[in-house]
Amino acid sequence: MKLGKHLAVLAALTLSLVFGAQTAPAADKDPIKIGVYLPLTGQNAFGGQLELEGVRLAQKEMPTVLDRPVELVVVDNKSDKVEAANAVKRLVERDKVVALIGTYGSSLAMAGAEVAEKAKVPGVGTSCTNPLVTQGKNYYFRACFIDPYQGAAAATYAFENLGFKKAAVLMDMTNDYAVGLSSFFSRSFKKLGGEVVANLKYSSGDQDFTAQLTELISKKPDIVFMPAYFAEGAIIMKQARELGATFRLMGADAMDNPDTVKLGGKAAEGFLHTTFPYDPKMTSMSPEAKRFTEAWKAAYPDKETNVNGALGYNCYFLIVDAIKRAGSAEPQAITRALAETQGLPTALGKLSINKSHDAEMPVGIIEYKNGQRVYVGEVTPR
Amino acid sequence: MSLDMFLQHCFNALTLGSLYALIAIGYTMVYGILRLINFAHGDILMVGAYFVFFGTFAFGWPWGIAAIMAIAGASLLGVVMERVAYRPLRDAPRISALISAIAVSFFIESLAVVVFTGQPRPVLQPEWLVSEWQVWGGVRILRLTAFVPAMTAVLVGILLYIVYRTKPGLAMRAISKDIETTRLLGVRVDNIIAFTFCIGSALAAASGIMWALRYPQVHPYMGIMPGLKAFIAAVFGGIGSIQGAVIGGVALGFVEIMTVAFMPELSGYRDAFAFVLLVLVLLFKPTGLLGERMEEKI
Repeated sequence: MKLGKHLAVLAALTLSLVFGAQTAPAADKDPIKIGVYLPLTGQNAFGGQLELEGVRLAQKEMPTVLDRPVELVVVDNKSDKVEAANAVKRLVERDKVVALIGTYGSSLAMAGAEVAEKAKVPGVGTSCTNPLVTQGKNYYFRACFIDPYQGAAAATYAFENLGFKKAAVLMDMTNDYAVGLSSFFSRSFKKLGGEVVANLKYSSGDQDFTAQLTELISKKPDIVFMPAYFAEGAIIMKQARELGATFRLMGADAMDNPDTVKLGGKAAEGFLHTTFPYDPKMTSMSPEAKRFTEAWKAAYPDKETNVNGALGYNCYFLIVDAIKRAGSAEPQAITRALAETQGLPTALGKLSINKSHDAEMPVGIIEYKNGQRVYVGEVTPR
Repeated sequence: MSLDMFLQHCFNALTLGSLYALIAIGYTMVYGILRLINFAHGDILMVGAYFVFFGTFAFGWPWGIAAIMAIAGASLLGVVMERVAYRPLRDAPRISALISAIAVSFFIESLAVVVFTGQPRPVLQPEWLVSEWQVWGGVRILRLTAFVPAMTAVLVGILLYIVYRTKPGLAMRAISKDIETTRLLGVRVDNIIAFTFCIGSALAAASGIMWALRYPQVHPYMGIMPGLKAFIAAVFGGIGSIQGAVIGGVALGFVEIMTVAFMPELSGYRDAFAFVLLVLVLLFKPTGLLGERMEEKI
């Protein structure tokens, strides 16, 4: 509760800053208005704040496009679906923004995207990973990849970087996230020329995986893909080791939790999982990622750089890049240019927008070495 | 399927089955005496596991001490639960006691979320239990895999001795036949029932400890699934019968594991197979495998 209060105060402060800044026009020319709707209060406030900070950072870095100043109009969607829809309505009707950025939280983005679609104003989602956000929409895009995309990345890493030819899948068949990732993994691994030797299932809440693991061991795969949540993932690791399994285990971002090592203990050694392609400790940073990291450290010295900040940062550049290529700040022209985004260098690697309006970019790989979470590099799924 | 793989599956099944059996005994004991399904049984299991977690992890006690303290703590909880939630309803319709049991279950779970938080925590396994024997080709048995069925056998032995060879056991059996007559014959019925809950909870805690050793994690909802499965095992074996609970538990373990072993493509439906088996048994033997026919007393 206390934390919530602090966040609310913080949000109020940021908001007053925003509106304060708006009263002073940056240049004499007509500004290009970009609407930002993010959860600055409520249960998603933490992520929303980080993303807003990323957007602001980007705007500071590139305050003009087509010789016109860019103005951000920020509205708090209060982590509420109705508020998110109202926020977008307000931004397009009253503030006449030409593009939208938002939001953290898939359900909020779905509500906002619906309104944007009707108003024919393009929007770019920050970290909404549910496929439905952009499905069937002409005007909505996102700067992040959808969940299942990581399955393809995992397959590529296993096949090409690790050189494994035989894979297997162990998934929670009652969980959409796991089913989606697993099918993407199998499809990509087979397309690359690998063999998927087994496909075993369990259901949420199971704690005994010995039967599935014994079966997996008998099929002798090199790697087992298991997009589990960290608590059951850790149990799977332990039981696999107890049964003498020699295959590697790989998961996805649901395993990205400090408790993975705590719960898995020695069994977590060598475990791999996918994640967003940014880590403050990554060894080979692209110039864009470096610029983001340095700008962030300068602007928010007491806050660690993070993926949400980078996603907000990227959203701004995606839109500005589209405006530049379109040579116009008309919503229709921006939408067309956004859909044609190819290989834009960003803080999260080269970003392209695919047919379903989702971002395609490299996926980060984490490996646990000597009880430490190590960022080992990126892979571009094929 | 190769022989050593089949043996490995058998050991996996035996371990899982004996865990179910141990939990099922607790259900069956309380039911046999009070005709009450104690839905909070799985939650006592969880509390027992948490006590061990705190004993070993937070206070640094050796395993044996922590286990004894956990069993004692859970027994006390069982007695308190009986006194607060079941005794006042002893003469109420049976459905009221059942609802009270569900309420107790929710209460303990929610309390655990508040007190212990919902975060799963790792349990330290003692080294001597997780070292393994490699007996036959590729077959690997953790000492734990042998330890669980052995402990179950010992505890069942002790329980059978109490129920069939001691005075409180005689009183328990008498209460299960006719509570009023037993009271008239001078048995302190309340004390015996409290004692029953004490033993039932001790068994739940013991199984919780072994569950946490086998699946080394504790969280507030860890008791629900094992509780449910053990309840099925108890009904399957004939609820009210201790031997039936053991057979039911082990059988359930084998059905679950062998479903995956022989039909790996249907591995996600292993629970469904367990339930189908239960339905079939109940269709042909409505009182379970070893259940005795009870005439409703009017």
